[in-house]
Amino acid sequence: MGIMQRNWSVIPPFFPEFDMERCDCANGCTICSRECSFGEISQRPVRGADGKVYYRPWANKAACGACQRCAKMCPHGAITIRRAPMHTSHDYWTTDYVNNIWKQSGNEGGVLLVGNGATGPQRRYFDHLMFDACQVTNPSIDPLREPMEIRTFLGRKPDTIDGDMGPQLALEVPIMFGAMSFGALNLRVHEAEARATKAVGTFWNTGEGGFHKSLRGYGANTIVQVASGRFGVSEEYLKSAAAVEIKIGQGAKPGIGGHLPGEKVGPAISETRMIPVGSDALSPAPHHDIYSIEDLRQLIFAIKEATEYQVPVSVKIAAVHNVAPIVSGIARAGADIIAIDGFRGGTGATPLQIRQNTGIPIELAIAAADQRLREEKIRGSVSLIASGGIQCSSDVLKALCLGADAVYVATPVLIALGCGVCQRCFSGKCAYGITTNKPGLAERIDVDEATEALTRLLRSWAEEIEELMGSMGISTIESLRGNRDRLRGVGLSEEELTILGVKHAGA
Amino acid sequence: MCGIVGIINTDRRLIDGSHIREAIRIQRDRGNGLGGGFAAYGIYPENKDQYAFHLMYEGDRKSPIVAKVEAYLQNRTRVYQSEEIPVYPNDRVAGGPYFKRYFVKPLAEEIRPDQSEEDYIVETVMFINRMGGAFVVSSGKNMGAFKGVGYPEDIADYFHIQDYKAYMWTAHNRFPTNTPGWWGGAHPFTILDKAVVHNGEITSYGTNMRYLEMFGYFCLLQTDTEVISYIFDKLTRKDGLSRDDACFAMAPALWEEIDRIDDRKKKKIRQVYGAAVVNGPFGIVLTHKDGAIILNDRNKLRPVVCARTGNTWYASSEECSIRLLSPEVDELWSPKGGEPVLIELGADTGTREVA
Repeated sequence: MGIMQRNWSVIPPFFPEFDMERCDCANGCTICSRECSFGEISQRPVRGADGKVYYRPWANKAACGACQRCAKMCPHGAITIRRAPMHTSHDYWTTDYVNNIWKQSGNEGGVLLVGNGATGPQRRYFDHLMFDACQVTNPSIDPLREPMEIRTFLGRKPDTIDGDMGPQLALEVPIMFGAMSFGALNLRVHEAEARATKAVGTFWNTGEGGFHKSLRGYGANTIVQVASGRFGVSEEYLKSAAAVEIKIGQGAKPGIGGHLPGEKVGPAISETRMIPVGSDALSPAPHHDIYSIEDLRQLIFAIKEATEYQVPVSVKIAAVHNVAPIVSGIARAGADIIAIDGFRGGTGATPLQIRQNTGIPIELAIAAADQRLREEKIRGSVSLIASGGIQCSSDVLKALCLGADAVYVATPVLIALGCGVCQRCFSGKCAYGITTNKPGLAERIDVDEATEALTRLLRSWAEEIEELMGSMGISTIESLRGNRDRLRGVGLSEEELTILGVKHAGA
Repeated sequence: MCGIVGIINTDRRLIDGSHIREAIRIQRDRGNGLGGGFAAYGIYPENKDQYAFHLMYEGDRKSPIVAKVEAYLQNRTRVYQSEEIPVYPNDRVAGGPYFKRYFVKPLAEEIRPDQSEEDYIVETVMFINRMGGAFVVSSGKNMGAFKGVGYPEDIADYFHIQDYKAYMWTAHNRFPTNTPGWWGGAHPFTILDKAVVHNGEITSYGTNMRYLEMFGYFCLLQTDTEVISYIFDKLTRKDGLSRDDACFAMAPALWEEIDRIDDRKKKKIRQVYGAAVVNGPFGIVLTHKDGAIILNDRNKLRPVVCARTGNTWYASSEECSIRLLSPEVDELWSPKGGEPVLIELGADTGTREVA
């Protein structure tokens, strides 16, 4: 026995606070404790004024992650999530660092895992970019009165009209749903994504976990992924979708593989991923048949052969330091589309240190990649998708002005379905039923309602994009693509402005 | 706001510059004295097989850039003739940069195998424009542009354009709003035989400019209009699009319409040339060796009126300019947004008749 008694626990950073004047527990309401899937809320017996025993909600102060499910579901508005007023008078040793060390030196130990995207204080460049608008010298356009076009085509385009056009994806809005796998999400969410993208005329991405047979009818709006684990990949799978994406990396965990624990691999996931029930689904960090750019070229063309050159092949990479030359190499290796995922990109599970410290912001990555492709005169040969940290419609349009052809959004999809971004997607306990396949939780997603939510989100953003375009006097989105002239930087250094290709405000 | 006028005689009968001077003069309200200019076709019959380079030099004849450009031209071209462009300073336009013209042909051995003669000329123009202090005002055969800071009638007097006889004229009265009023920024903007006068503001400039850079066109004149002449040159000369299709690329029909008529070629043009769409309000007269094109943005946010009297065609921001020259016209109409008016000159028979 050592002298030290490790008899403290990590203090959870949040807890629910109950306003007992509003709470209806006296009449038997127990909604909050039933809604909390993390075990934070229990019911405690109390004796009422009338002498009868009833149960009141009780914060266990052990598991709250501020997902806000209880607060949202309480019919009486009686719950507020509070940040635990935890200690550290020390401005350098903040709660997060202290807690993490306690966790790692305590029972759990090991690599810290988190979900969602990076939370660090790095600059959000989108906030430092301002749009232009028409004043006097040219008229702004009212999208309610004049046609406004945001249709977008992704795929290889020739430099001249006589050249051969590669297969194209036609997007009615320049926003697609980014890759999230079946396994990470449940089938209901996949179905909602498929139905919403079909309704609006855009695409969703299966992620690396295969394409469930019940959704194959939505193939025309689906991008299927081929990742390092090759889950669910077959000739039929490749041919079932509108495009195939080779996933090299993602912004939340560049250079890191994936791991779906065996307990999550039930019969449906097993069938779709083509792995045994109960076996861990391990995605290696690299593709073990891609150790170099020429290997990637072979895989791109193997997929093109398999799909008879009928669908575009995309390659998704994380935005890393050398992104521009890597993108140029991928374009020359034959990709029709390249998706660049910035360091803010989300995920179901990633090592905390990787999430917070690896990669670069998407704004800088997309600007550098677009510029490099232009300098090499091959910009037309490939479409660029920006993703990783896009939070609103103006971010979408700014990404387009910087050089993207379209964007992927994924965290906004989850948020539209309720997600409170509590970063525990890997736990299997998602209170909204999004990132879980557990019976009883997964059913919290109503597919019709989820489809409507996602459809509304896409249409709202499209409408906002049209408003922004109208204020700039632009009637069709191709005139904003790469149009850095309509952006100005505020509070950016000369070097940042040079990389973004944007002038400072006032210039 | 700006004013534009075009006069085109399809029989190639020559019209002296006093007519276009009058036509643009009465649109005085459309400018503010910070830019006027003219393009004239058929003015150099003696040198019609040579490229006529109009050069604008910052400073005067002793500027070192003059010798630098001339040495460059000597290296790359055979210079058949060179002379100062005569100017006539007056109390309204007292002085400007130094103007010279050169009649040149490329040195055949200097043209790379992957270039056409005209690519070579474009490359020459782009190089000179990037030297600093020198700008190629025009570079086509048997044509030339004259422009500067002042009201257009004063610029006309500065260059004595009434002394030039042309079968096709355009004029511009500038009211600069987005870029400075400087001599190089006056219209027309030209490349090879193409010249553009433009009323409007191009909201897609950033996209157009970055697109053109990929194909060796560099926008250095600080004015949005220059992208139009370069886009048109790339589409028609380099990519072989018909003029009609080039106009469609710059001001395309709505997707809705393309879907409805299920036109695969038009669809492909929009897909391939998205970055060549000219957005924002514009009315332009674009002249080239075989004729003229009048085009509005597809929302028709700038006025353009067209008319014809016999074989003389007119285009103008305002009808008054046309009525001044030709009180009676055979037809007069206002073209729809995005629908180009294409005027083709008759064959060049080499005769020089004065209209």
